[in-house]
Amino acid sequence: MPGARAKQIAALFAAVAAVQLLTAMTGKAFYLTQLTMTAYYTLVIMGLCMLMGYAGQLSLGHAGFFAIGGYTSAFLTTVDLTAGKSGPVISLLAKLSVLTSRPDLYGGQVLTVQPWAAFVVALAITVVIAFAIGVPVLKLKGHYLAMATLGFGTIISSILLGTQRFGAADGISGVPAFTLLPGVVVTGGSSHRVMNYYIAWGLVTGGMLLLMNLIHSRVGRALRSIHGAEDAAGAMGVDTARYKLNTFVLSAVFAAVGGAFLTHYNGGIGPSEASIMKSVRYVAIVAVGGMANLWGVLLMSAALNFLSLRGYFGTFDDAVFGGILILIMLFSPEGILGADLRGMVKRALGKNA
Amino acid sequence: MPLLEVNNLNKRFGGLQAVKDVSFRVEPGMIKAVIGPNGAGKTTLFNLVSGFLMPDSGAVTFDGRQLHGQGPHRVAAAGVSRTFQHIRLFAHMSALENVMVGRHVLSSSGFLAGMLNLPRTRREERDIREQALATMEFLGIGGLADAEATSLSYGQQRAVELARALAAEPRMLLLDEPAAGLNMRETADLAKLIGRIRDRGITVLIVEHDMSLVMNISDEVVVLSYGEKIADDRPLAIQRNPDVIRVYLGGEDA
Repeated sequence: MPGARAKQIAALFAAVAAVQLLTAMTGKAFYLTQLTMTAYYTLVIMGLCMLMGYAGQLSLGHAGFFAIGGYTSAFLTTVDLTAGKSGPVISLLAKLSVLTSRPDLYGGQVLTVQPWAAFVVALAITVVIAFAIGVPVLKLKGHYLAMATLGFGTIISSILLGTQRFGAADGISGVPAFTLLPGVVVTGGSSHRVMNYYIAWGLVTGGMLLLMNLIHSRVGRALRSIHGAEDAAGAMGVDTARYKLNTFVLSAVFAAVGGAFLTHYNGGIGPSEASIMKSVRYVAIVAVGGMANLWGVLLMSAALNFLSLRGYFGTFDDAVFGGILILIMLFSPEGILGADLRGMVKRALGKNA
Repeated sequence: MPLLEVNNLNKRFGGLQAVKDVSFRVEPGMIKAVIGPNGAGKTTLFNLVSGFLMPDSGAVTFDGRQLHGQGPHRVAAAGVSRTFQHIRLFAHMSALENVMVGRHVLSSSGFLAGMLNLPRTRREERDIREQALATMEFLGIGGLADAEATSLSYGQQRAVELARALAAEPRMLLLDEPAAGLNMRETADLAKLIGRIRDRGITVLIVEHDMSLVMNISDEVVVLSYGEKIADDRPLAIQRNPDVIRVYLGGEDA
């Protein structure tokens, strides 16, 4: 029902606003920083939820797509093109106002790619790479697919770590603010905190609306049918290979948007964003949220990412997500929200209950 | 011109020649059956026609178009719909949603249209729902629309699967052992139903074990034995065919 969907989206927005008001009233506005970062990680996880929960395909490489988005934006908006200014390509780009001249950290002037242009390029690169990886890899099933996507994540991670131009182990810093519209700027710093909280969660809300629409459409039904019985879906005319591929690319784009925005927000990005443990974390959150349950996944992502970013898990941060994954797979493959809690208690108490 | 034409089809699995040089034709508007003892190659033949298997050699032509080597979704788009011997309904979806997937080939909204939920997309979605429901009502299972498909009884699940195949408005319906697991009464109902489906102008190719069903409803019957076609005739002639009798009842040495 479209009416129910609109209500859910409105409820999400109300919750977002309520949290902001709560932090303002309790004097904890500094929480908004982690909540903003949480929103960008949630974008990755929402896309992955479509891929895992609805199309039934596992990816252990989505941190790679997050990093591709983030690093492309970071690289293009920080690399100084002044030296090539007289060349035909760069002067043409400058004329098309793809480039922008701005002061750098040391008071000099640098000529770099304008953030909007960098963002568009980041998404384009992500789409191309996702197609190139997806075509061969999505022919695989089960743990073969998991291993192949793990391989992809490892490659991206090693390339970023081993390339000096991408800052190697330090990553890229000094990434400028991203002016979406006049007055609407993605940037860190406490004066822009509330605005950025709303930009980030506005993206999540918009993304939720798009994905909820998709799930309830002909395409969403086809995806669920692939998950339900792939051969029968094919017999009903669903081009299963293409639908899996498109969902893979769509989820990669969600990851890249999250990566690019978080990079502008943080003013930089490091190679840890591409690490395998990040991919495992995303998978764990989709699993704990109930796989084919966008709202459950959203809720779990908001809670766990926030706790993690606030440092509640301490040095066990990665271990917590590994542990969550093990526990969910063992006891509640339907996720926490879909769990048959009474049944679990009964089983745990044994025959006497 | 025949609607479906199968020419010299061959399929080998390792050392087993599952289908050997099989040819037959299905004229439009006809009910044609493929029978044979277990292991005769019926299901393999069925999967070759529906695009689930690639033949080693030979051709499958539907309405003048080549079907072999096309993949199931293209076969479906060409107007050939199938059911499965072992019911393959979509889990975690209602019976109606299952049948709605049947209309996939008749609709077109893609990823972008789905995400943006444009007015055209909403209209198409409403149309899909209404037509799917109408198909379920034609089969007398309109009341099951909201039930979770895989929670239904065996006979009901068979009916939902048939509705899903019919929702695609195919020109040809492939039925893989539709009477498997049905009692005599249900089988008789099924026979009437297949007749009604043919009366809608849909050509039917049926692979079946149940002799009474096949002999009752078929216009023509193909008999397979060890992957080879040994007869292709009207049901009455098939019943008198000495080769067929030998295969089914055992020959002189039996």
